[in-house]
Amino acid sequence: MLEARDLTIRHLGPMRLSVARGVCIALSGPSGAGKSLILRALADLEPNGGTVTLDGIERERFSAPEWRRQVGYLAADAGWWAATVGEHMADTDAARALLPRLHLPDDALAWAVSRLSTGERKRLALVRLLIQAPDFLLLDEPASGLDPEAAGAVDTLVQAHQAAGAGILLVTHDVHQRDHLADRLLTLRDGTLAATTASDTRSRVEAPA
Amino acid sequence: MTADYIVLGPVELALAAGLVVLTGLLALVLRLGVAGRLFIAAVRATAQLAVMALVLKALFEMASPWLTALAVAVMLGFAGREAAARQGHKFAGWWTLGLGTSAMTVAGLLVTLFALTAQIKADPWYDPAYALPLLGMILGNAMNGVSLALDRLSGEVIRERPAIEARLALGHDRWQALAGPVRAAAGAGLIPVVNAMSAMGLVFIPGMMTGQLLAGVPPTQAVRYQLMIVFLIAAGTALGVLAVTLAAAARLTDGRHRLRLDRLRGDTGV
Repeated sequence: MLEARDLTIRHLGPMRLSVARGVCIALSGPSGAGKSLILRALADLEPNGGTVTLDGIERERFSAPEWRRQVGYLAADAGWWAATVGEHMADTDAARALLPRLHLPDDALAWAVSRLSTGERKRLALVRLLIQAPDFLLLDEPASGLDPEAAGAVDTLVQAHQAAGAGILLVTHDVHQRDHLADRLLTLRDGTLAATTASDTRSRVEAPA
Repeated sequence: MTADYIVLGPVELALAAGLVVLTGLLALVLRLGVAGRLFIAAVRATAQLAVMALVLKALFEMASPWLTALAVAVMLGFAGREAAARQGHKFAGWWTLGLGTSAMTVAGLLVTLFALTAQIKADPWYDPAYALPLLGMILGNAMNGVSLALDRLSGEVIRERPAIEARLALGHDRWQALAGPVRAAAGAGLIPVVNAMSAMGLVFIPGMMTGQLLAGVPPTQAVRYQLMIVFLIAAGTALGVLAVTLAAAARLTDGRHRLRLDRLRGDTGV
């Protein structure tokens, strides 16, 4: 269980939220409300106040790198620091095994980062995170900019990790993806979080059957 | 002591100044619009050097450790201010000035003290006639390196923010995550010194050596002096660049290995 109590980030909060293992929670709210900020704070990339625990153990008991290997964050515009894709992968064999599941060819690890398309960047950044097998995934728009087929592959892979016991906190504007993946919905509005049940959201009504 | 160098009198100096006046007139005639600035710069240089000569004369005669220390402090202060003024992105609070000045203080003092005690062996060791020119040489170069490195580091960290945060998010520590910008900053800070050393003796005769040659020092002796100064300058600059780069990288991150661009002033996209 990943749990935050009295979480404050800049002007946001105090907020309370928890993600259990094997559960996917979608975080929604208007643009600029601070959804990404919450993910960044849980990954401890953003200065924040309150108590954050992993299975009851306080975050400060872990070193920051240890914490982030267990609470894995994927930014909406994840960056790259080396020339080729493979240089970013902590485990190239594990990465190669994941490539076909995201409809990427075998030689993708040899690709130059500067020549990646938006969709390739997105999927490879997800691969880069998943091979570290974090217990919890904080995903910021993991499928934005992807064609429906690639987006579907991302959803399937995320679901597989959820089924394997990972807890997932998902920020997405894609109503279809949200309803497809999320077990519960949280809405961030005016600096506070509120739970919404999946059935009474407008999205459920608007989503195609 | 009788001078065995050619003494420069007021007439000789006035003749050289006449050249500048002539150049200024030429600029006026051609309407280049630089005559005024040329004149002001020449007058400034004259006034500044004249004051410096008087100050140095007094300091050398008194040879007081306290007054020498005061002069050192003033030099460090000006160097820090100058380096801070050249930054594109300033740290919030006094950090830009503090980081630059501390790095130059550490580097300048260490290298100057080393030279005074190990090579010059002046008596007393703080003899301002040796300490102040040495420190000035080292500081002048370290200042360039430090300000270039600091400017490059903050610029690079802002530009590379997504990559740095991606590394942090994957569990890299802050030094791994900042390896690229740190390397770029240290390189940028050392370029002027490395370039100068490479071209020295081929493209130009260094200023200090020119002075010694004109003053009648044999070339082999002048070269030895010059080399020693160059090595001291390189060491001082490298030390200053390294110190400021690592300290600024530490300031741009925190103990929880987070990137803290909020510690820079102005719009950094945070």
